[in-house]
Amino acid sequence: MDEALLRSLIPGVLAVLVRRGADFAAAEDAVQEALVEAVRVWPADPPPGSRLRSSRGDPIRDAKGWLTTVAWRKFLDQARADAARRRREERVEEEPAPGPASAADDTLQLYFLCAHPSLTPASAVALTLRAVGGLTTRQIAEAYLVPEATMAQRISRAKRTVSEVRLDRPGDVATVLRVLYLVFNEGYSGDVDLAAEAIRLTRQLAAAVDHPEVSGLLALMLLHHARRAARTAPDGSLVPLAEQDRGRWDTALIAEGIGILQAALARDRLGEFQAQAAIAALHADAPTAEETDWVQIVEWYDELARLTDSPVVRLNRAVAVGEADGPRAGLAELAALDAALPRHAAVAAYLHERDGDLATAARLYAEAAHRAPNLAERDHLTRQAARLNARRRR
Amino acid sequence: MAKYLLLKHYRGAPASVNDVPMDQWTPEEISAHMQYMNDFAARLEKTGEFVDGQALAPEGAWVRYDGEGRPPVTDGPFAETKDLIAGWMVIDVDSYERAVELAGELSAAPGAGGRPIHEWLELRPFLCAPLTITE
Repeated sequence: MDEALLRSLIPGVLAVLVRRGADFAAAEDAVQEALVEAVRVWPADPPPGSRLRSSRGDPIRDAKGWLTTVAWRKFLDQARADAARRRREERVEEEPAPGPASAADDTLQLYFLCAHPSLTPASAVALTLRAVGGLTTRQIAEAYLVPEATMAQRISRAKRTVSEVRLDRPGDVATVLRVLYLVFNEGYSGDVDLAAEAIRLTRQLAAAVDHPEVSGLLALMLLHHARRAARTAPDGSLVPLAEQDRGRWDTALIAEGIGILQAALARDRLGEFQAQAAIAALHADAPTAEETDWVQIVEWYDELARLTDSPVVRLNRAVAVGEADGPRAGLAELAALDAALPRHAAVAAYLHERDGDLATAARLYAEAAHRAPNLAERDHLTRQAARLNARRRR
Repeated sequence: MAKYLLLKHYRGAPASVNDVPMDQWTPEEISAHMQYMNDFAARLEKTGEFVDGQALAPEGAWVRYDGEGRPPVTDGPFAETKDLIAGWMVIDVDSYERAVELAGELSAAPGAGGRPIHEWLELRPFLCAPLTITE
């Protein structure tokens, strides 16, 4: 049984323990221990039916049953060892029967819990990756470049925070989507691919809940993930969308993303992730950068501005207007926005370059590099300034 | 083994020999510089001497405690601050001589015209935990 499949069983197992009366923090620890044991013993002694090729049984159900049994035993061992938990243990042994709930509900409740509004975004991200995703604390720490002890504390504080939350109240899907978006958008580092993990978790969520914005986020992720190979040059530098080798885009992911998006849009309940995905889909649809349908992209930015009223959206809209109606029109849009906005100078530099004012563009690219939020962007913007300065010297 | 901090400055270091701002280089010169820096760090990882490397944004602020029940005082960013750190690399090496050798290599990174920048780097030893046997 591969690791991803194993980890997909976690939400269901965890939810069973919680419904049997285990508190969330203890249940989560027990499930992690059961996973460690599964990885240790299954290669030699797999649960009946879990050999995918040879069995006629249901391998998933058998593996889930095995994990649930082991996790429950681990939980009881710990509860027995802990005198303070004596009373709760007696209670759960009296009433071990799980309440009625479907696997989809279990999964959904776990997502809600891990993205609970009482958690900070960083805590919600860490807890989601551990409790829903089944990553180890070490993997999460490596991915976010913090010491393992720090991440362990962040996760255990988060678990204590949500231990008081009852699982019977429905949560807000929007909070879950924001957490998954954060995981995806931070890219990846260490040996865990956070973008791929975010996609896996969003797929799992989409299977548990029918909501057009979940589809919108999934489509958005797939459409951006499809371009990943083309987004960086062999030397690690950023390649802007217009210069990417479109032959390296993953057409299967694009087709899947567009299919999911179209089904969501057909339901006529537009949200910001669907609108963002629509913009990504229009880029993905263009065989060359020159053939991009900028007029439609501007219309989608108008929708997005109505939905979110974010200055970042209006900044991106100015770029699209510059492409659709010419750089002067883009600069006019930009003039209405606060120059202190992140990436304002970079957008202004781009539009001035397209307008033929290389001196202003070079100066603004250098200014944008000075204020860049990360090294890759700083290097990219410095190169843009250098490119224009070299052209002006010729 | 001893740990050393190699500090790179935006401002405050003596002027480099090849002192041309990066946006005046050619894009190829920038690529060559980045490649040199990446290769340097990769080589130190292979030799087991690399600990950490980070870059800092050029703008920050000064912050201090302002008394019970009051929010901290912030000030800045100061355009005139003399000393401005751009980033660092931490190395763990056998000797001071090795640390100087590596700092020299890092300072030889190519800049404008493909020539070494000869940038001044600040080399600072860590104060580490006391040794067990001291007599």
